[in-house]
Order: sequence, then structure tokens, then C-alpha cells
Amino acid sequence: MDWVNALVQGMLLGGLYALFAAGLSLIFGVMRLVNIAHGDLIILAAYLGLTVTTATGLHPLAALVIVVPTMALIGYALQRGLLNQTLGDDLLPPLLVTFGLSVILQNGLLEIYTADPQKINAGALETASIAVGGLQLGVLPVLTFAVAVAVIWGLQWTFYHTSLGRAFRAVSDNQDIAQLMGLNRRHIFGLAMALALGVTAIGGILLGIRTSFDPSIGGGRLIFGFEAVIIGGLGNLWGTLAGGVILGVAQTIGAKIDPGWQVLSGHLAFLLILAIRPNGLFPRISA
Amino acid sequence: MTLQDYHVSRTSRAARVAAVLGGLVLVLLIAAPWWAGRADMRLMGELFLYLALASLWNLMAGYAGLVSVGQQAYVGFGGYMLFALTMFAGLHPIAAIALAGILGALASIPVAVLIFRLRGAYFAIGTWVIAEVFRLGFAQVTALGGGSGSSLPVAIVKSLASKRAMRESLSYWLALGAAVLVVAAVYLFLRSRQGLALTAIRDNELAAGSLGIDIWRTKFIVYVVTSAFTAMIGALIFLQKLRISPDAAFSVNDWTAFVIFIVVIGGIGTIEGPIIGTLVFFALRETLADLGTIYLIVLGVVAIVVMLKAPKGIWGLIRSRFDLQLFPLGYRVIAPSSNSAPAQNKGT
Amino acid sequence: MPEPILQMQGLDAHYGDFQALYGVDMHVEQGEVLSIIGANGAGKTTLMRSITGLLTNGPGQVRYRDHDISQLRADEIAVHGLAMVPEGRQLFPSLSVRENLMIGAQVGRSGPWDLQAVYKLFPILEERKDQASTSLSGGQQQMVAIGRALMANPDLILFDEISLGLAPIIIRDIYKALPGIIGTGMSAIIVEQDISKALSVSARVYCLQEGRVSLEGASDTVSRDDISRAYFGIE
Repeated sequence: MDWVNALVQGMLLGGLYALFAAGLSLIFGVMRLVNIAHGDLIILAAYLGLTVTTATGLHPLAALVIVVPTMALIGYALQRGLLNQTLGDDLLPPLLVTFGLSVILQNGLLEIYTADPQKINAGALETASIAVGGLQLGVLPVLTFAVAVAVIWGLQWTFYHTSLGRAFRAVSDNQDIAQLMGLNRRHIFGLAMALALGVTAIGGILLGIRTSFDPSIGGGRLIFGFEAVIIGGLGNLWGTLAGGVILGVAQTIGAKIDPGWQVLSGHLAFLLILAIRPNGLFPRISA
Repeated sequence: MTLQDYHVSRTSRAARVAAVLGGLVLVLLIAAPWWAGRADMRLMGELFLYLALASLWNLMAGYAGLVSVGQQAYVGFGGYMLFALTMFAGLHPIAAIALAGILGALASIPVAVLIFRLRGAYFAIGTWVIAEVFRLGFAQVTALGGGSGSSLPVAIVKSLASKRAMRESLSYWLALGAAVLVVAAVYLFLRSRQGLALTAIRDNELAAGSLGIDIWRTKFIVYVVTSAFTAMIGALIFLQKLRISPDAAFSVNDWTAFVIFIVVIGGIGTIEGPIIGTLVFFALRETLADLGTIYLIVLGVVAIVVMLKAPKGIWGLIRSRFDLQLFPLGYRVIAPSSNSAPAQNKGT
Repeated sequence: MPEPILQMQGLDAHYGDFQALYGVDMHVEQGEVLSIIGANGAGKTTLMRSITGLLTNGPGQVRYRDHDISQLRADEIAVHGLAMVPEGRQLFPSLSVRENLMIGAQVGRSGPWDLQAVYKLFPILEERKDQASTSLSGGQQQMVAIGRALMANPDLILFDEISLGLAPIIIRDIYKALPGIIGTGMSAIIVEQDISKALSVSARVYCLQEGRVSLEGASDTVSRDDISRAYFGIE
């Protein structure tokens, strides 16, 4: 039963990783941008959640109403003000600029919030649990997983059933021709980043409720999101959810064997899949 | 003037002057133990090791297009190999440094096979995963102190040289030697056939492939050789520090972020860039380090601005203004009228 | 004489250090069908890119109605009612046929063209509307590309090498449909390698040679000799 429990907990944890990964997957899909600062933006969202809840007394989930639009605005401004200038055929500018951004964000957070670990207080939600078939499942992990499924369904729907999604796909296919159709790619890219950071905000707040965080842990979250994307296969949002679940399960099973092995076994699972299925389990586009 | 009046040359007056000046500076630096204080020597030793790391990263990212954010994997690996080989195999530290390089190369082979499957920016994050695997892996080795790390036993430190002054001089010379070796090796490599192939790949991967250059193999060689050198530098770094822990050995900030900033600010894809970048980086650090995190924010901002406004860095700005090249790689056609004004400069 | 809808004056275009157009003077009148011919590399595609805004030019070099559009972005120009059927069709592969057409309407101009009108013109597209655009034949893809441009309800439509890579019978069908399309009051520029096709549907013709206008004339009066001189530069 212990192992079944570890398996189920790992799956639920995978929901959180899928939320980290969805934004990464989205911006890669639309503009072929890999954002090294993605993890630090997740942590920024967690800190914004912390500030909003402590300043207003709102429940962290209610704080999403403020943090999600704020992060979306930051995303739009970041894309139009900075990242659009890095796009082109050369790989180095986006990579090095987002890397610089990561260092700036990390140290900026350190300057404002110090290195002390923080946690978002969500009251009863943190400890509540439900019994399902002999397993005690935390309400928070179940909620996180449900949110991840809803978010990915929502992104998928946006992508394939709205004019915004159509514009995303058109710009991703051929930027010049999309411009001829009256689509301003700079604006579309801004919207894509806004959407991506909106999703990131949800991931950041759920992370902040679940565990304590400090400014240095962004890199680790970037890596988890990245692993979920690659395991699932590039360009496939449902694959990303599957990738998150596989990563989460690998981590909880590893932790069951030896607590020190949690993160390491996740990485090893990723490397194993990279070795046997370099394009991920459910690839849609080639990198 | 006829075509015969033109001649093709690799060198230039600036390069010859630079070579002479460089030789003088080198003599002066070798003599540092007789004129510099202990603190200055420590600082210069650190500077040389950063210069070596930056030159290696520049070879990968600036020439081979392999942008890694995980070179700390090999810095830490080399450091740990120094500790393991001296403590458990009883090797002399200098032998351990050399062996750390060989082991670094061996470790990098399966890593390359795996992460070369990732393209572009995903390759970058893949290298970071590898570094994390190394960090978490070494944290599991209890004989090396696990997560809290260990110190180099006094007996091993003394085996290097019995007197402290001599040890300090020796470790300074090793750092200087490493920097000179790496810069010279990168320079000679880029002048070789392999190096020219690399430049061709950077300029146009598709065309280079159609010319019969085996791109995968060339990049693979660069990755393995760079990893070997990086591991040796790592061993040297921790021979200076005398203490190692997983977090210090595999720090992405110390061994990759700073190195990237050095190369970007100095000028990526040039041999001179890392040298200038290292000097600028240390000058900034010595004046602004008291500001702590603000200093790092400034560094990040400077790197972003340089990347966007002057993608070839400080050296690129200098070169475009004065047509200088201190480490001549390309061939240039010299017009007969003057030696200094090339008729055509196909820069590298 | 009607006002020109599009006017180019001393248009220069560069790709980095390479100059592709040298002081091109050209105009399109309201409701006129113009053809532009020229050998490969004469600058036809560069001219299209300059007009549509994929390439920026010096101020005042391209005017559309009352606007100087030489420095606007392509999406800003599209809103003014200028659409293009690009060379090689260039449909969006991840969009269905219907979505490709819908994206043409993104500029939000009203007029006679909507999905129903395009389906009426090319009934096969309605049958295939939910298929991926890549699954269509070359001729059907060209129909989508034309429909996509029409959906913008443009005042001026550019056809860049629409016969390229298509079977002769398909080219004939498309050219048969053209007058019906342009007949609704639109102006058009047709860029073609197939000179006789271009002359058959246009009122006036320009020939480009090495980035310069080498011939201008009424399509029904220019002689074969004039054209081959202007085309190849052979005296």
C-alpha cells in the first residue's frame, strides 16, 4: 500500500510540474523561445502571492485574482520591452538575455525578501485530506492536479478554438506571412508571454502553499518544468502533463527508497527517457 | 598595381606588437612571487583560473555553438577528483590534477552522447540537469563528506611543498600556467583544420555539412576536450580553496553565470574577449563587491545591455573601430601601398 | 485621369550591403490591373516585400492612397487594405483550410468577401474546410491562398507568381477565375514569369531588369521585341 501511495502522490505532484512546464511549452511553441528565467518567474509569482496574502489577508487562492493578471502584465511588458529584441536566427541572444534576467530576478528577490525560506499560509487547505480507497490524499495536491488538468485543457482550447490561438499558430508557422495578414507578431508574442506567465503565477502560488521557498530555488523549478516538457514531447500540452506525472512519480518512488534520492531519481528518469526516446514520449513538433 | 603586389598574410603589426608585449607581461607575471603580496597573488591566481574557464566556455559557445549552462559539472567533478585521488589513491596533487582531466574527458563522453540529442537552448538546460545529477550524486558519497563536504588533509597540502610561501607560489604558478595553456591551446586549435571547420560550422551549419565537415564529431571533440580542461581547472580551484562541498563545487552562479558574463561582456566568439572580460569582471568585483546582491544585479544588467547593443562585446567594439586582431586567425589580403590597411578583411 | 492607389517614387531596397532595387518609379491606378514581369533576380519579389512592408524603405518612397507606407510594418499596411497572395502559397500548415481563410479576415475590414463568398468561388474548399491545408493539392492550396487574401477585403491585391509550380490546366482555371475576382472594383498587381498570361489579364505592364524599370507600357500594345529587350537586356 505504501508503494501505491507513493505512486498516487507522485502523480499528483506531477500536476504541479505540469503547471511549471505549461508556460515553458507555450512560449516555445509560439516563438521558439526558451526562457532560462522561467523558474525565477515562478518564484517571483510565489513571492507576489505571499505579499498579497500578508498585505490584504486574502486567502492565497483568492490572491490569484490579483497575482495572475499582474504576472500576465509583467509577461507582456517583458516580451515587448526586452525579449522581442532577442528573437531571430541567432540562438545566443535569447539564451543569454534570459540567463541575465534570471540572475537579476534572483538577486532582486534576495534584496527585497532576504534568503529566509518563506511559505504562503493557506490555513486548513494545507492539512485537509480525503480518504480514497484506503489512501489519504491531501486536498491541496488533488486540487493542484485538478487545476493542472483544467489549465492544460484551457490552453489547448485557446490554441485550437479561439482567434487568439489561431494567431499563435499562424505566427509560429510563418512570421512574415502572419504579418501580411495584419497580425503584429510583437503583440502576439507579448500575449503569448502574458498567457504563459499567467499560468506560471498559478504554479508559483500552489508551490508556495505546498512547500517553503527562497529566491535561490528558481533554477530547480525551471529544470523540473523543462524535464516534463522533454519527457512529454515538444509541442504537446497533454504530453507535458504526462511528462510532469512521470517526473513526479519518479521522484516520489526515489524518495521512498532513500529520501536523498528524490530529485536525483527524477533527473535519472529524464535522462533514461532522453536515451531511449530522444523526442519524448508524445512528440508533435521537432525541436 | 598588379595582383602580384598583394600578399596574403595571417599576422599583422598589431599582432606582433601584442606578442612582444604579451611576452613581457608574462615574464612579469611569472616573477610575481618576488614582487606581489600574498593577497594580490591569491586574487591573480583566481583571475587566471576564471580566464581559463571563460576561454573554454567561449570555445564551446562562441565557436562550436554549444551553449552550456552546466560547466559547473566539470569544475565540481575535477575538484572532487582531486580530493578523491589524493585522499584515497595517495596520488601527488599535481598528478591528481592531470588525472582529473583525463577522468573528466571520460565522464563527458556518455554525457555528450546523451545531451547532444537536445538542440539549441534545450541543450543548455540539459547541461544544467547533468550538473545537478553530478551535484546530487557526489552529495551521496559519504566518504567525501556527503552533503556537507570535506577538507583536504594537511598531509596532502604539505606534500605540495612544505613551506607555506612556496605552496602559495606554486599554486599561483599552476593557475598562471593553466591560463596560458588554455588560451594557447584554444588559439592553436582554432588555427588548425579542426578549428577552421568549427568556424565554418558557426558561420553556416548547413553549408559546412554539405562541404563534408562532420558537424557532430567536431562538436563532440570540442565538448570532450573542453570538459577535460574544465575538470583540471576545477581541481586547481579546489586545490586553492582546500575545502569542497557539493553546493560550492557545482555552483551555477560561481562557475557558469560569472563565466558567461565575462565572455559576453568581453566579446563572445573572439579569443581576446575572455581576457578583457576577465579583467573587467575582476575590476568590477573589487570595486562593487561590497554591494553584494546589487553587484550581481548590475552585472546581469550590463550583460543584457551588451548582448543587445553590442553583441560582440567590448572587444568587438574595439576591433570594429581600430581593425585590430591580437590573435590572428583569419587570413587577410594586404595591399601593396601600405602594410596596415588591408584591402579586404575577411574577419573570423 | 484617376488618382493612383499606389505610387512608388525613387524606391531603393537593400538587403544588408546588397542593393536590390534602384530608384524604381511605378504606380497603380484605382481599379487597374497591372502586371510586373522580369527574369529571376530582377527584383520582383523585393518589390513585393517593399510594398507590403516586409522590407522597410526610405521615407516617401511608397505611397498608398494618402499615406506614406514606406516605413510602416506589414501588419499596419495590411489594415489599409493591401493583401498579397505570396509566392509558393505559404499557407499556415498548422491551420485548417477554414482557419487559413479566417486568418485573412483578421484585419477586420468589411466588404463583399467572407467565408461564404470564397466557398462560392471555390466550392472545393468548402468540402475540404476542416482538412489540414497541407493535405490539399497544389492548385487547391493556391485557391486557399487567394481566398485568404480576399478575406481581407483589400482594395489592392498582389499576386506573386501564382502559376509557379502548378500544372498548366490548373493555371488556366485560376487565370479564368481572376477577372471575376478583380472585377469587383479592386486594383491588382500580378507578378509573373509567364509573360503571356500576365499580359492577357492586365491593362498595363512593367518590366524589371536588375533592379530597375526597363519597360512600361499598355499590355496590348507592347511588342514581343520590346519585352525581350527589357527582359534580358539584349540589344
